[in-house]
Amino acid sequence: MSESENIVVETAERMFADLADAQSIIASKSDAWKAPVWDALADAGLTLPWIDETLGGAGADLATGFALLQAAGRAALAVPLAETMIAGWLLARAGLASPAGAMTVAPAQPNGRITLSADGTLSGRARNVPFAADARHIAVLAATADGASVIALVEAAACQIAAGKTLAGDALNGVTFDRVKPIAQAPAPTGVDLTALMLMGAAARSLQIAGALETALDITVRYANERVAFEKKIGKFQAIQHSLARLAGEVAAAVSAAGSAADTLSGGRVAGDALLLEVAAAKIRCGEAAEVGAAIAHQVHGAIGFTSEHILHRFTLRAQSWRDDFGPESHWAVELGRRVAARGADDLWPLVASR
Amino acid sequence: MTAALTFDPIRLPPECEKLRQEVRTFLAEEISAGTFSPQRAQKSDDTDAPGFSKRVGARGWIGMTWPKKYGGHERSFLERYVVTEEMRVANAPVRRFFVADRQSGPVLIRYANERIKMDILPRICRGEVCFAIGMSEPNSGSDLFAAKTKATKTDGGWLINGTKIWTTSAHVADYMLGIFRTSAPTKDNRRHGLTQFLVDMKTPGITVNPIGQISGQSEFNEVVFEDAFMPDDHVLGEIDGAWKQATSELAYERSGPERFLETYYVLTELVRALGREPDLRGAEGIGRLVAQLHTLRRMSVSVAGMLQAGKEPVVEAAIVKDVGTIWEQQLPHRVRNLAAFVEPNVSNHETLERQLDFAMKIAPKLTLQGGTTEVLRGIIARGLGLR
Ligand SMILES: Cc1cc2nc3c(=O)[nH]c(=O)nc-3n(C[C@H](O)[C@H](O)[C@H](O)COP(=O)(O)OP(=O)(O)OC[C@H]3O[C@@H](n4cnc5c(N)ncnc54)[C@H](O)[C@@H]3O)c2cc1C
Repeated sequence: MSESENIVVETAERMFADLADAQSIIASKSDAWKAPVWDALADAGLTLPWIDETLGGAGADLATGFALLQAAGRAALAVPLAETMIAGWLLARAGLASPAGAMTVAPAQPNGRITLSADGTLSGRARNVPFAADARHIAVLAATADGASVIALVEAAACQIAAGKTLAGDALNGVTFDRVKPIAQAPAPTGVDLTALMLMGAAARSLQIAGALETALDITVRYANERVAFEKKIGKFQAIQHSLARLAGEVAAAVSAAGSAADTLSGGRVAGDALLLEVAAAKIRCGEAAEVGAAIAHQVHGAIGFTSEHILHRFTLRAQSWRDDFGPESHWAVELGRRVAARGADDLWPLVASR
Repeated sequence: MTAALTFDPIRLPPECEKLRQEVRTFLAEEISAGTFSPQRAQKSDDTDAPGFSKRVGARGWIGMTWPKKYGGHERSFLERYVVTEEMRVANAPVRRFFVADRQSGPVLIRYANERIKMDILPRICRGEVCFAIGMSEPNSGSDLFAAKTKATKTDGGWLINGTKIWTTSAHVADYMLGIFRTSAPTKDNRRHGLTQFLVDMKTPGITVNPIGQISGQSEFNEVVFEDAFMPDDHVLGEIDGAWKQATSELAYERSGPERFLETYYVLTELVRALGREPDLRGAEGIGRLVAQLHTLRRMSVSVAGMLQAGKEPVVEAAIVKDVGTIWEQQLPHRVRNLAAFVEPNVSNHETLERQLDFAMKIAPKLTLQGGTTEVLRGIIARGLGLR
């Protein structure tokens, strides 16, 4: 990690520990913790790290923002940090400034379509938009009748937002745009299209999943070293040791795949199939790790881990629900598989080896 | 974090790309000369292999990271990584030199005397000698410290008696690095009493008996020692202290590309068989497998980068081998499933079937050789602070 990444991650981790500690959140039985941690992040410029100072952001590099997202995953942070960061990033592509407050992006799924009519209004429906109900603004990627991409900023209040929640209980909403007039809009530059937005979102989710799994491993190992059964710490049973070794393998895979994708996007020089490989692999492998990893973590915890009082579910359920955002594993697998097939069998290894 | 696992996104440096092209060109020439066929994994260790080893040696691709005075090339672990992965993916016949390159040479560099190093290491680098690993015995596998094959002190050396088993390449090897019992274990250290030796396989008193495998190959052997004499300077490292020497090599042994690429060829053939526009099921299946492969490679390169930086990523390396060998073991099964609806008239149908058949047969060994899944998970659990 670079110096600036270190500073940002340490700052954020202090905030998460002080203001978004999993056990305290559960004990509080309310959402009152959200505003203070959001304000602290916003005051430190961490909600808009990827945006130039001229557009209202903190002007950090992509790598720093990605490191922040993995740290947020480690805390299972349930405020729209990733969404705001991505929204700000999208707006900045078109030179649009970011407003203060929480944002989200639409579409948040690869098959979402929102159109910009000749009268300058947006229409269409975006399904499963994370935190739309908690956001003040939505950054929208829309298409005009002739197929050009446009980036627009809208007020969330101008849209119809359906009620909905993720597995982990965070807002996840259908958003209907019924001739919504944007606050601002501008053409998207070449290369910033739905695929680019999904790649960014998928990389962000991969890092959050990897982070959540890191913590799941951590608390599960700790628990195995405390819990006693048959007069032994359960961590002394070989079956438990081997389960935790498998969990460590899944965490390692998630951290590697997500870190590699983030590094690729941060470098900015890789495009096309190689970029797809990196990001698709991260989203697929992190999703698989979430499935296997969460199951092991719960198994080792026994009944206590199944209680609402215990912190484990904050990590395992979020890791599961993040799998579905910005394209689930099967979406990315089909995309990647099609590209690999189109290149042909003998071009598979050169593609893999190029990374 | 209790479990500080490090997997930084290390990239191969630019000089590796030139090297990769050189290796590919070399391999393409060998393939067109008929030395081996990438489509016939099961043939890869047959007759032409010694000539191949020497040509690889002549290119400077054996002992790449070793000191120049021993015939090495003082290149980086990451450059070695590129050569290793290109050879694996091409199904090149590397067995004759790979063990020496990966394991035995580094042990000699660390523990052999100067005369032996000057004698043997340059020959390894030239691709002239083959090494075997003599650890397992009929009653000592995972529990290496149960080894009984005995080394008894005699004038100027040691007499070896006993039996090693599953010794890969012993029938063609020039040397073996063996672990023999020089003392009984002590009360508080059951690992005490084993000593590592350099064994010249031409020594009188050594008999090699080939053992057939379920794959139809006969790569491993029983090696019987009857009063085989080893001179004193063939002792490697501390007498009775082999257990202290084993661990540091393991990170190299466990995390390389050979730990997930051993059945790669079935994936290539699957992609070929499914064609340029596979159906949804085929596309998704390929996509998942490629995602898993890419992730493993990124993990493995990360460990190589740590080794290059002089670190000892023991737990990370064990994780790469655990996850990697399970993946390469499952790969033929996944491919078989995805290939179920392949048209019988696709051009590579026969190749795919033959490759699958072979990969399914060798699959069981992948999670046994060089330390089983269970042993690896024990090492990982220790790294996590559970043991
Ligand atoms: C193709 C092939 C090539 C080989 N080449 C070589 C070679 O060149 N040189 C060499 O020295 N050896 C070689 N081996 C041997 C290999 O190292 C051993 O097979 C391996 O270490 C396991 O030992 P074993 O076969 O005696 O099984 P065992 O140790 O008897 O194990 C049997 C089963 O019990 C499990 N087990 C054992 N102990 C434990 C424990 N404490 N906890 C949980 N489970 C346990 C094992 O994981 C395994 O599943 C080779 C093996 C194969 C298959």
